[in-house]
Amino acid sequence: MRIILFIIRKEFRQIFRNKAMLPIIFIIPMIQLLILSNAATFEIQNINIVVVDDDNTVTSHRLISKLEGSPYFNLQEVLNNRQNGLKKLDKGQTNMVLEIPLYFEKNITNHIPVKLQLSADAIDGVKAGLGSGYIQSIVSEFGNALIQVSGQTTAIGGVRISYSYWYNENLDYKTFMVPGILVLLITMIGSFLSGMNIVREKEIGTIEQLNVTPIKKHQFIIGKLFPFIVIGIFELSFGLALARIIFHTPFIGSFWLIIAFALVYMLVVLGIGLLISTITDTQQQAMFISWFFMVIFILMSGLFTPIENMPLWAQKITLFNPIRYFIEVMRMVMLKGAGFQEIKYHFLIVGGYGVALLSLATWRYRKTT
Amino acid sequence: MQVAVKIENIRKTYGDIVALKDISLRINEGEIFGIIGPDGSGKTSLFRILATLLLADSGTVSLLGLDVVKDYKALRKMLGYMPGRFSLYQDLTVEENINLFASLFGTTVAAQYDIIKDIYSQIEPFKDRRAGKLSGGMKQKLALSCVLVHKPRILLLDEPTTGVDPISRKEFWGILKRLKAWNITIVVSTPYMDEAMQCDRVALIQDGNIMSVDTPDNIVNEFPARLYAVKTSNKHTILTDLRDFEYTGSAFAFGDHIHFTDVRTEFTNDELKAYLEEKGHTDIDISETTATIEDCFIELMRKKI
Repeated sequence: MRIILFIIRKEFRQIFRNKAMLPIIFIIPMIQLLILSNAATFEIQNINIVVVDDDNTVTSHRLISKLEGSPYFNLQEVLNNRQNGLKKLDKGQTNMVLEIPLYFEKNITNHIPVKLQLSADAIDGVKAGLGSGYIQSIVSEFGNALIQVSGQTTAIGGVRISYSYWYNENLDYKTFMVPGILVLLITMIGSFLSGMNIVREKEIGTIEQLNVTPIKKHQFIIGKLFPFIVIGIFELSFGLALARIIFHTPFIGSFWLIIAFALVYMLVVLGIGLLISTITDTQQQAMFISWFFMVIFILMSGLFTPIENMPLWAQKITLFNPIRYFIEVMRMVMLKGAGFQEIKYHFLIVGGYGVALLSLATWRYRKTT
Repeated sequence: MQVAVKIENIRKTYGDIVALKDISLRINEGEIFGIIGPDGSGKTSLFRILATLLLADSGTVSLLGLDVVKDYKALRKMLGYMPGRFSLYQDLTVEENINLFASLFGTTVAAQYDIIKDIYSQIEPFKDRRAGKLSGGMKQKLALSCVLVHKPRILLLDEPTTGVDPISRKEFWGILKRLKAWNITIVVSTPYMDEAMQCDRVALIQDGNIMSVDTPDNIVNEFPARLYAVKTSNKHTILTDLRDFEYTGSAFAFGDHIHFTDVRTEFTNDELKAYLEEKGHTDIDISETTATIEDCFIELMRKKI
């Protein structure tokens, strides 16, 4: 026990003495949180749109002004030639072209169905898809308004859907992103720092001097990893506080439940770092291997792409992704107020994962070559 | 005299390279044993095997009757190993380093102060300085304090004086000699031949082979020929001219002299002098000299070839 305490003290001293380390641990993650939470949003605004108005009537002008007033679109130009509009799309000068046909107003007043043509640049599939969705709702809203004005309520658009977004009423993407980004931050800090730490001792040769002492493997590993658990939990708490103050992220569930889960989760993260550092000889190798896994884990975590949208085999792979579980737990506890009962399987899986990884890493770590 | 280190037929290879070729060696308790050899001769591999850090391909090593493979846990408590490369924490202070190693061995600096006093008192004034900021000589003293703090029975010092200034080197050997009072067996390697004379016994090692094991005096006394130091005005051609001489046994540059042996037992300075004069040398100075460890080393290497 005394030996573990000594190692822990030594690690803390070294971390706080390393001038490059402090900003890496404390400042960079916070900057990332602030930038990513604001930048990584799925809401699409300012879609560039060109309207080709072949009708040029009061009704078509009213539809155009609806588009203009929408925050999602940036109306660039109103043309009266279809070819010019499509040329703009070709050249990438606009994202979408909406065509209002001739006799638009006339047909509407005569209750003849009208068709609008929307062409979208689908290189950015998300933008094209969401953009056409927005157009659809604007146009159907416009249609409904016309119907109500003319007093005919039955003919078209009899069915209307009313939306109610649970747990995130305003569909605020920050509410959705911030818990996930916090998970990424402590994952990166935990796995990179712990991974680099032991490799660094190999590189500068200090591990040699340590290995000839009677120190036991578990003492060494606990002493090494404990400081990173402390730092990870500290960062998470700090991040959660920032989320509350700056982003007003709701926090319905128990803070301590999150911390308890984070403690279990840190075992996995540190296990990964430790395993990497036992199989590598230089910090460079450790860095590359960590990156390789992190990129896969992050992109397949469900933070950026919903897991349900992935092909089945990919969904199965995500079952091995620890980040996925923690993000789920964060969202469930923070936004839904889930209690231990709802996340007990997450605890079980991540706990088992952590124990397995740490045992593997401890077994792999050799004092003798 | 008890045998502290027993090495039997140790072989170590790295791929195709044979670092140690079936070496056997016995080191007595309480002696300062020098392992002398140039870089790449296998010294460090041997030390790492002794320190329980490296496994040999074949052969056995026992220290104080304990096997380095089977009993490594018990052995690590009795060993002090100082790697050739400074491997203390450079970002911890002198005091923090020594306290750390004391506690890893389950002791404290205060409890062991008697054994480290001689060395540690010299660096104690700088105890708040980071180890990385110490001079080379002070680093070595700190490293030695850290491996002594648990009163080891055997000290393994791998090139402790490499990169250390001559005065500190001399001091360091003085410290080692005083440590004999604690009946610690000291195995020390060095590439500096002059340091061999400071040891009780030495092993000369070259290309993974032990060429000779004896006291330094005996090794020197057994130098097989009479040795002459030759010096002339023309430093550039003297070596090649001497090697061209009909009866030359060996000729090697040694400081500003050439150490020369003659294959004949009967040898006169005048004959060599005449030869050199013929070659155009002036100010010829030939005098008999006593062999050093380095001469012996070169002689042994030459014989092998």
